[in-house]
Amino acid sequence: MSSLKKLTQKRLFLPIFSMILVMLINVIYDIACGNMPLQFFVITIKNGVLYGRLIDVLNRGSEIAILAIGMTLVVSSSAGTDISVGSVMSLYAGVCCMILAGYGNVNVSSYAHPLLVGILGGLAVTTICGLFNGLLVAYLNIQPMVATLILWSAGRAIGLLLCNSQIVYVRVPSFQKLGAYTGIIPTPIIVAAICIAIAACVLKFTALGTYIQSVGINKKASRIAGFNSAKIILLTYIICGLCAGLAGMVATSRIYSADTNNIGLNMEMDAILSVALGGNSLGGGKFNLAGSIIGAYTIQAITTTLYALGVSSAQAPVFKAIVVILIVVIQAEPFKAYMKKLTAKRTQAKEAA
Amino acid sequence: MKKSKISSNNLLLLITIVLFFVMYLAGCGVYAGKGFTKVQNFMNILINNAGLICVTAGMTCVMLTGGIDISVGSLIAMDCMILAVGIERWHWSSPALMLFILAIGIVFGFIQGFCIAYLDIQPFIVTMAGLFFARGMTAVICKEQVSIVSDKIFTALSNFKIQFPFGGAVNKKGVLVLPYIRITVIVALIVVVAIYLMLKYTKFGRSIYAIGGNQQSATLMGLDVKKTKLKTYMLSSFLTSIGGICFCLNTMAGTTTQATGLEMDAISSAVIGGTLLTGGVGNVIGSLFGVLINGTISALVKANGKLISSWANIVTAILLCFFIILQSIFAKIKESKK
Repeated sequence: MSSLKKLTQKRLFLPIFSMILVMLINVIYDIACGNMPLQFFVITIKNGVLYGRLIDVLNRGSEIAILAIGMTLVVSSSAGTDISVGSVMSLYAGVCCMILAGYGNVNVSSYAHPLLVGILGGLAVTTICGLFNGLLVAYLNIQPMVATLILWSAGRAIGLLLCNSQIVYVRVPSFQKLGAYTGIIPTPIIVAAICIAIAACVLKFTALGTYIQSVGINKKASRIAGFNSAKIILLTYIICGLCAGLAGMVATSRIYSADTNNIGLNMEMDAILSVALGGNSLGGGKFNLAGSIIGAYTIQAITTTLYALGVSSAQAPVFKAIVVILIVVIQAEPFKAYMKKLTAKRTQAKEAA
Repeated sequence: MKKSKISSNNLLLLITIVLFFVMYLAGCGVYAGKGFTKVQNFMNILINNAGLICVTAGMTCVMLTGGIDISVGSLIAMDCMILAVGIERWHWSSPALMLFILAIGIVFGFIQGFCIAYLDIQPFIVTMAGLFFARGMTAVICKEQVSIVSDKIFTALSNFKIQFPFGGAVNKKGVLVLPYIRITVIVALIVVVAIYLMLKYTKFGRSIYAIGGNQQSATLMGLDVKKTKLKTYMLSSFLTSIGGICFCLNTMAGTTTQATGLEMDAISSAVIGGTLLTGGVGNVIGSLFGVLINGTISALVKANGKLISSWANIVTAILLCFFIILQSIFAKIKESKK
């Protein structure tokens, strides 16, 4: 009993528990359908590339995982969420494809500018978006949700303007590469892995993570302790903007076009959800990047499972909503206190008997 | 001290109102040839945004307590879908359906409010779950677009025109066309007046301001903070349901993608109207003008004809930015005075 209690109190318990739960549902479903029980975990090589549901989850979850890195830092430092990330992803698509195809061209099969210029241009713009959000939050003390509401509304719109309200296709293999395969592994997985590795190294080997947490726990006290709180918050928003750009890069290359209306749609919700699912408080302060990353892939696993169960993409949000509510209710303090009281009563009754 | 606080808040409201008139008059000057000067043009802005006005009134109350409700757009989609499917497939009578929708709104608000007030979960997360749930339910109820054609009462309500005896314009055929409004506009204006009076004169309304101003002091004053919050979210969802009916009377259809992003329109309207997201400061009249400003921007973009519709979003974002920075400057001035 006591070891179970210790286990449930571990910080990574919730994300890993929900991940295992999703996998179990998959296994039960496969058994019910008469498939092989462990179909979910089977990885084969088809047409020279890795193939399997697990690979699919890892591949499709790359964008959410990259976004989750930035979102975790933002939530931790400013106790608020950056709701502009989905829109900024679409802005990246607009900028990058506009540079690569040249303004006004809708369908090109050769670059107007080198690929690197397009990617760096897009990333620069999204980083500036992060800077803009950060300035509003850190130096003007505007609540994060309101400050990012501006780019939530404008980002997608500017992307549409750059593409002249059309879907710009860039049909060049080297552009598609980022969303396709490197060897036998899907490239998005590699991109996400590199991003996660860099973030983990920076947080492990520098004091940045500690700074961010201390600012999130108490902004004033950190300032008195000698940190430049505003600068640290600004930095987290810049990182978040960059992450949104990288996620946009993967999403754009995947469909080798700037479908500005649909890229990153509702992605901010998934990113915030993965932070919450990772066991991080949305009230700021302590954070756990590993939890967020596992949370991100769990969300993708839920989505993939739902599709496998035959739920349409429009209906899937119902189940997502139920998952969210269950997770947050279990985490809620009043609920925990109530459960504690209930168990205390039960043990009392046992002792009395 | 108290006087200066009120005046700075009133100044924000004044700027909003002045901005609306300036924008509208500028539109009249530039696009006079395209019917912008006609009274009907103004009435159209009201008709198109009647649903949004109801939603924004509810959103203002929620924002006054320092919370947020982002589920409203999806809830409207669900309302419209239930209305459309209820009339066309289940063959319910429309008055019963409307009551049913209002009841759904209250229950929806109760669940959200309970999670926020009594379980102490952040409003953003709870209402985000509400957003997902309502949007998904819309698709569960029916996947394709359903148009409302068969119900006589509903069609009559939708087509009902209230004509003004003045302000008419002679059209190309030489017939005098009087300006008109739809029944939804009346509903929206009644909602605004009712919420204005409620916020100003009832105990509930004053508690909302007190909680938004400082939750701890409100608790110490003996106000039931949890109950008030619960009621506020119920009110918001209820008003959203009224807005949903207005919306449906306008579109006469239910689709899964209806009213996407409407929650942000409502929030930006309230912010432009001078409501602070930290709570405690704001006014439903300001929110009404916020909606009208939003409506005027899209009317201007439409009147131009050449501009891409995303310009409306960009201009709204710029305005939002302007007002947010203005609010923060006022807050800084207030702080330095202390």
